[in-house]
Order: sequence, then structure tokens, then C-alpha cells
Amino acid sequence: MSKYVLLRHRDIPDIKELKVYQDQGGFKAFKQAVTSLDPGQVTEIVKASGLRGRGGAGFPTGVKWSFMDQNSWPHYVVANADESEPGTFKDREIIEENPLQFLEGVAIGSYAVGAQAAYIYLRGEFWQLAEFLDGKINELEKAGLLGENLFGTEYSLKIHTHLGAGAYICGEETALLESLEGKRGQPRLRPPFPPSYGLYGKPTVVNNVETFTNIPLILENGADWYRNLGTEDSAGVKVFSLSGRVKKPGNYELPFGSTYRELIFEHGGGIINDAQIKAIMPAGASSSILRASDEVLDTPLEYASIRKLGSDVGSGSVIVIDETISMDWVIKKTIDFFQHESCGKCTPCREGTYWMSHLTRQIHSGKKTEEQIQLLYDVATNIQGKCLCALGEFSVMGVLTSIDRFPQDFGREPKGSDQG
Amino acid sequence: MNDLLSKYPEEIKKILAKYPPEGKRSAVMPLLFLAQRKEGYIREQALSEISQILDIQETEVATLVGFYTLFHDGKAGSYRIQVCTDLCCALRGSEDFLTSLCEALEIKPGETTLDGLVTVEEVKCLAACDKAPMYQLQGKDGISYHENCSVGNTLEMIEELRESGTQKQEETK
Repeated sequence: MSKYVLLRHRDIPDIKELKVYQDQGGFKAFKQAVTSLDPGQVTEIVKASGLRGRGGAGFPTGVKWSFMDQNSWPHYVVANADESEPGTFKDREIIEENPLQFLEGVAIGSYAVGAQAAYIYLRGEFWQLAEFLDGKINELEKAGLLGENLFGTEYSLKIHTHLGAGAYICGEETALLESLEGKRGQPRLRPPFPPSYGLYGKPTVVNNVETFTNIPLILENGADWYRNLGTEDSAGVKVFSLSGRVKKPGNYELPFGSTYRELIFEHGGGIINDAQIKAIMPAGASSSILRASDEVLDTPLEYASIRKLGSDVGSGSVIVIDETISMDWVIKKTIDFFQHESCGKCTPCREGTYWMSHLTRQIHSGKKTEEQIQLLYDVATNIQGKCLCALGEFSVMGVLTSIDRFPQDFGREPKGSDQG
Repeated sequence: MNDLLSKYPEEIKKILAKYPPEGKRSAVMPLLFLAQRKEGYIREQALSEISQILDIQETEVATLVGFYTLFHDGKAGSYRIQVCTDLCCALRGSEDFLTSLCEALEIKPGETTLDGLVTVEEVKCLAACDKAPMYQLQGKDGISYHENCSVGNTLEMIEELRESGTQKQEETK
């Protein structure tokens, strides 16, 4: 048995081939679900496993599935493969190398919520991946593992791919649904949430690629097995995308409870040129940025502990900053990104990211006056809590935490405490 | 006369079959990609053709071209080299890569080489942060990723594009 749950191609190289995947037990879980479990039972198993959404928000997956409105039909499933946050590159590897496990997860999820159609929304740049997945879906239909009357039952399922066209905001689930409906990808006001009003106004489950990829093995090995892989707070395993100033950037699948020190120094090989580590962005460009103190490096990677430090696991996109980098440059880069990707629907984000971009550029070019820093801080706090979606809301996290925790980089006096 | 419909009848049928009748409009982005396929940008005429196929307003099609960065309404080089210079790639030297590449091609970011072959552009995150410097190549045949790049191997890649282009021209002669 592979030592991996998600990146199983690392020790079963041909797992993308149907024959190999089936030799490894592939599609047994889906068949078992369809032929001998009620949809509700499947949802209960996923709930009991403690699996949380891996796209960033960390919402319990089984609970989300149980919210589907049973009075409105048809139901849809949407896999979010729009990964576009600077620092995130895990879903692409999963789809490229272990596509059948992902597709089986989508199939099981679809059965669990009674959906007969599922869409995989891939960012437009994943053009080749979409073609590749289409080929796999075709193969599964020919093998009788997708399509009409599966395994002699009444259950039928079609899976389709759908390409976006370059917009980070479409990773936000309601913006994704708008985009999938053929409109500009702009978030909807919530509630109602997708399980009651989703694609074409019908109940819809939207989950991340990594989330779905967990499902087949949870069904095969049981909820307890999965729970025991992680910690009491955070069940199972997580793919961490490690990037930035490390010697060996890449994806690392680790059980929850591992530490940043293990991730960065054991797996990632340490810092380029053996420089001093300075900061960690635990959740991509939208992170609250942490000073890489010993306390932070030795904190178990799990939802509650990282939150206690003042940041988040998010989608597990760990960006490492070393002593050669100044934080005023880091936030200039992240704000450039958010300003470019703001969809323009709500004013605090549209105007706020634009204003912050102007200010961070000025500050980076040397205008580090107290007035300027304070203005940036004020703009950021005024955006907070007023945005329609997480893009604007989280765009300010890096700005506020950088100024708080790295005052020297902004021409301010250092503070005494560890996180600023 | 609907050029798009007469040029790609089978593909359009296949695209429309993916969505339920009430979700026909979902086909608009796939159709825009189709309209862009041959020339690398979307002609105004295609907007009305798509709106006819899907029974929606032309403005509802046009607004997407402006919103999504992979749709283009203007002519550029036959190929677009789109270099990611976002935070993670920049931490691994992508800004220097872009500058040196442009210098070697004697253009500025956003410009096209004199022979009209490639346009070099700076783009936002492409989800390949561990393999920077990297770019995507957008051309007639879709989009492909090129990772762990150097200016040297990128110039070689451009040379190959140039040669295959000349070859094709000669074949059609």
C-alpha cells in the first residue's frame, strides 16, 4: 500500500492508467457506494471522517453535503479546479498524476448528493489538463464506470470539464458558478449558499480537487482510519505547496500535526544559500504573515494551532520569505495581484485594492513616511469586514500583519514581542 | 450567415450538449475560445454570431472578453509568451528572467517581435510556483506550460516556433 493518500503516484507511477488504478482497488469504493449504500450513508461516513474542505475555508465536507435542499431538483456537483492563488499548485499535480482517484471522488460525491451531472471547472490556463481529463472521462464511460445505469442500478452520472478563461475570482464558489453559467465571474450575495441555490439556481455542492481526492480512500478504509492519520483537531492528511526561498520547492503530503520546521527544513531542504528564514505565509498571497520564530516553526500544522498563532492553514500554500527580502516588497507584490484580480463588483475591494496598490508602490519606492504607512493601514482596516467575498477581505491580511510584525521594514521602531 | 456555426458545426454541437437547455448560456466561454482559435483574437463579428447561437445579447458576450484575461480583442504575435511575475515566481527570479528575455528579443513587456511571431506579456499567478521562472505559451493550438526556464532555452523554443511556421508556409505554397 502506498504511504500516500493523495499523491499516490509518487510510489505508484502509473496510477493514472485505469488498469493500474483498478489494480490498486480503484473504483471499488464507488461501486460499493452505488450498489450497497444509501446516498445518506456515504455522507455520514464523510462527516465522520472529519474531512474539511481543502480549498481554503476548511468547512466540514460531509456537513456541506448534508445541507443540499431535498425539495429542489436536479442537484449538481462542481469540482473547483480554478487554483490561482499565488503559492498554490497542488490541484494541478493531483489532476496530472492521480486523475482517476480525483474523478472517483467526484463520482462518489455526486452519488452522495444525488447529482447526475458534475462539472469540473478548471482555470483556463489548464487547457491541456482539461483535454487530458476528457480522455480519462471517456475511458471511464467505455469501462462502464461512468454513464447510464451504473453497475446495473438506476443511478447515472455524467462528468464534464469546463474551462475558465483567466480570473482568480472564479475560485470563489459563487463567482465560479456565475462563470460556469456564462457570466462574468462575480460573487453572489450569500446566503443563499450553493447547497440551496447553486448552479442554474439548483442545489449544488462545490468542493476543491484535493477534497474530492480524499473521498475514495475514506470509503475504502473507513472514517476512523482517516481521522487517525491526523490530529484530534484536524483529521487526515494535507498537501502543502511549498514555494519561495527554499531549496526544494514542491508539493508535500503530510499528516496534520507535522510542523513548519519539518516541512521547510526536512522536506524543503532549508533556505536558499542557507540564509536566515524570516517569514512564513501559511496560506498563499492572502495569508496573515507570520514571523518565523522557533515557536512558529515548531507549532503543529493544524487548523486550530495555526489560527492561534494568528494565521490560517487555508489551502496549505506555504510561501517562505528569507532575510534578503523586505516585507514592503512582498505586500507590493500581493496587492498588485489582488488589485488586478478584483472583480469590481463591490466598492471596498475595487477601490481599496487600487488605493493600496498605489500606496504600497510608493512605500516600496522609498516613501516610508509615518503618514504614508498609517494611511495604508487605515485603508486596509476600512476594507476589512465590508467586502462581498473573501478576495477583498483577505487582500488586507498581508498588509496589516506585515506592518504589525515587521515594523523595521516600514521604517518603524521594532517592537518587543514575537509576533510584533 | 453565421461563420462560426458553418466553420465548426460538430464542435459547437458537442459544446452545447454539455449543458442542460436552461443552461445553454454556459457555452459562451467555450464558444469564445473557439472563435479565438484561428487568429488568436476575437473579431467583433464573432460576438454577434455567438449571441445568435445562444439567444443572448451581444453585450453579454462582449463583456466577457473584457473580464477574462485569456480572451483577446486585438491582434498580437502569433504566439503569446506569458511570464508569471507574481510573488512566488518573483522570489525565484522571474522578474529578471522577463527583463533579460525582453532584452534579448529587443522588445518591452507587452510588445511583439518585429516579425510578428511572439508577444511577451507579464501575467498573474499560473499555479506553477515551484517551477519558476515559467511561462505559458498561448497560440493556435491552445495553451502549454513551460517551466524551470532560462532565457537560453526560451530563445531556442522561439526559434523552433519560427522554423515550424516557415515550414508550414512552404507546405501551403
